[in-house]
Amino acid sequence: MLDKTGIAKRIAKEIKDGYYVNLGIGIPTLVANYIPEGINVVLQSENGLLGMGPFPYDGEEDPDLINAGKQTITTLPGSAIFDSAMSFGMIRSQKVDLTILGAMEVSENGDIANWKIPGKMVKGMGGAMDLVASAKNIIVAMQHVNKAGESKLLKECSLPLTGVNCVKKIVTELAVLEVASGGGFRLLERAPGVSLEDIRKATSGKLIIEGQIPEMQI
Amino acid sequence: MINKVVANADEAISDIESGMTLMLGGFGLCGIPENCINALVKKGINQLTCISNNAGVDDFGIGLMLKKRQVKKMISSYVGENAEFERQLLSGELEVELIPQGTLATRCMASGYGMPAIFTPAGVGTEVAEGKEVRNFNGKDYLMEMAFDADFAIVKAWKGDTAGNLIFRSTARNFNPVMAMAGKITIAEVEQLVEIGELDPDQIHTPGIYVHRIFQGRNYEKRIEQRTVRLI
Repeated sequence: MLDKTGIAKRIAKEIKDGYYVNLGIGIPTLVANYIPEGINVVLQSENGLLGMGPFPYDGEEDPDLINAGKQTITTLPGSAIFDSAMSFGMIRSQKVDLTILGAMEVSENGDIANWKIPGKMVKGMGGAMDLVASAKNIIVAMQHVNKAGESKLLKECSLPLTGVNCVKKIVTELAVLEVASGGGFRLLERAPGVSLEDIRKATSGKLIIEGQIPEMQI
Repeated sequence: MINKVVANADEAISDIESGMTLMLGGFGLCGIPENCINALVKKGINQLTCISNNAGVDDFGIGLMLKKRQVKKMISSYVGENAEFERQLLSGELEVELIPQGTLATRCMASGYGMPAIFTPAGVGTEVAEGKEVRNFNGKDYLMEMAFDADFAIVKAWKGDTAGNLIFRSTARNFNPVMAMAGKITIAEVEQLVEIGELDPDQIHTPGIYVHRIFQGRNYEKRIEQRTVRLI
């Protein structure tokens, strides 16, 4: 089984040289720490920055320079700044190669729910609906089951949707799965020490297991 | 040339009245028009509809207007950082319309570009789509979203000249340029107000034609919402 860092490390392997990538809040943010050596990646922050650098050193924070999580950050050589409309313009026109975000639920046809729990205070969708509606490649980073032990990989989402038919791949503490074109979660890899039975038990939607399922290499 | 320079925030907002619709630039607390918000709080008008990506925090930004019950409705994409906001929302005192961030930005842009509506895939198949026209282009569904209609847009820039030309700094740019284009009347507060000719025309982000009033703000606090530093 993987911890959050393990999930981030596995997702980092999906990033290819030259990619423009948008990272959501939570586990996706950690992915930036594990981008393989020698790979050149430009991180997009949807408040209006391409080329997001690391957090500043203590005392060097700039209140005018933050990321979409409102954290102080830095720029890098080659960074570019733009307004919010252009930021979502490049997202909508699919210039951003990969979007990595968290989810509360994913359905077997690739629907995602990650912004609202009825009866609880709703903070808003931020840029999530724009990202999932337009991204050409979406990877979800999440726990396989919720705190109540219920599967988050479902036949249909029970929570209000963020987007439909958009998730391509899911990385959890148990497995890497892809959303099959005809529907269903196709198991691609098992986390170290995790059995097929563990994954079956934790997956409520249709699970597709074909051939030998390799263990993840991290 | 018409003189666009006003003395201060009080003068800039002097004709904003209760019940009006305002756009307020900024992302989180970054690049918000601090001086004008404080002046609006002082003026004490209410029943305002505020279009702004966020709603400030309890004791800063739009949070100050919320505390004085000046806001009737917020149109935002994310509002999670404000306890008073939550209280007013749950008690029914405050109306909130949550819309996707890109839709918010592009509805501002449409207004400034003179286009009545835009088509975006954001929200298709979700509750955001309820009651909206859906059009299919090249096999993909899009929602029709209307341009905003705001009485005033209030933005914060880094530098501006007396003709209203604006330059923003770093990610404090965010919604400010698109909102500046979208107000029937646009007010810009700037950290440095300079004379005509001092700004390089090639560097202007917002041409002065969109800006009706400008003044040099003072005492910028520029509060940081999530101070995050490298450990070593």
